[in-house]
Amino acid sequence: MSQPTSSGHATPPGNHDGMLDDPMHEHQGSLRGYLTGFVLAAILTVIPFWLVMGHVIANKQVLILVILALAIVQIFVHIVYFLHLDTRSESGWNMMAFIFTAVLVIIVLGASIWVMYNENVNMMPMSPQYQQHPISHQPTGNQPPQ
Amino acid sequence: MNTTAIDAAPPAPSDYYSLTEAPPRNGTLLGFWIYLMSDCFIFASLFACYAVLGTEYAGGPTGADVLDLPGLALNTALLLVSSVVFGFAMLEMARQRKGAMLGWLAVAGLLAAAFVSLEVHEFLTMIADGAGPGRSAFLSSFFTLVATHGLHVTLGILWLIVLMVQTLKFGLNTDNVRRLRCLSMFWHFLDLVWVGVFSYVYLVGVLR
Repeated sequence: MSQPTSSGHATPPGNHDGMLDDPMHEHQGSLRGYLTGFVLAAILTVIPFWLVMGHVIANKQVLILVILALAIVQIFVHIVYFLHLDTRSESGWNMMAFIFTAVLVIIVLGASIWVMYNENVNMMPMSPQYQQHPISHQPTGNQPPQ
Repeated sequence: MNTTAIDAAPPAPSDYYSLTEAPPRNGTLLGFWIYLMSDCFIFASLFACYAVLGTEYAGGPTGADVLDLPGLALNTALLLVSSVVFGFAMLEMARQRKGAMLGWLAVAGLLAAAFVSLEVHEFLTMIADGAGPGRSAFLSSFFTLVATHGLHVTLGILWLIVLMVQTLKFGLNTDNVRRLRCLSMFWHFLDLVWVGVFSYVYLVGVLR
């Protein structure tokens, strides 16, 4: 039980030191990496442009979802091939900060859209008394019906 | 069995701690990464604004009326190529080839400058057509988001010029290498944000 833990103690400082010795040559990327990223990003850019400008998909909801899905895939392509984010860079703190940010960004975006959508829907003057005078909230529109 | 293992353990806890705290050279890159993550929040909140306000046209032009897709395609290509070219510069930097690196950096900077000038031209055309930021909530959120990104790119170009002069004067010393790597992250990050802008603001914007 305690044997693996004690050996586990010994390894992290070793990794640390290797990283400290060589901060300048860490996750530099390679020509192949940049070109792979470029080709993938170009493909993932051309597809949504083609879908929109060529009117390929008639259903707008499906089209929007496809565009957003391609954008998310492309963002990950950029993160991996251009920003060289992996679990090893900066002892994992880069990845930790990224995951934290991603979670918060999803909450900010998702919750804002959700809350404001519901607010928008529920604040619409949908009850019959408002539907009779749709512009009754405007001061000038209030006068003529009375 | 257990007790013997514990008896053997005492030296181990000291291995948890390194005597030096965060290494200063690595610390800059990690700190800059955290700055970029905080920049994500600025863009996330502007994206959220656009998501909420993007269909409030106030009787004015809609996305399909004012957004120029062929111009957008050119802009997107410019920024993507600029990002990859900056990567080539970083590869030359790793090989200590200063001249080649400065050449690639100049190309990346010129592509980004072309991007910014096309964007400014697009903005001026829209404003001249009566679709300025004051026209509707849609256009306010559009201009705020896209111009914030454009401002970032503009400042990135200034930073690039400063670092090119620094490298010409002082060579590829440790400080300049570190600064260039921060700028490299900034440059790629702006291209990443642009993926969100062209996908959501423009391509989805013309559909809504």
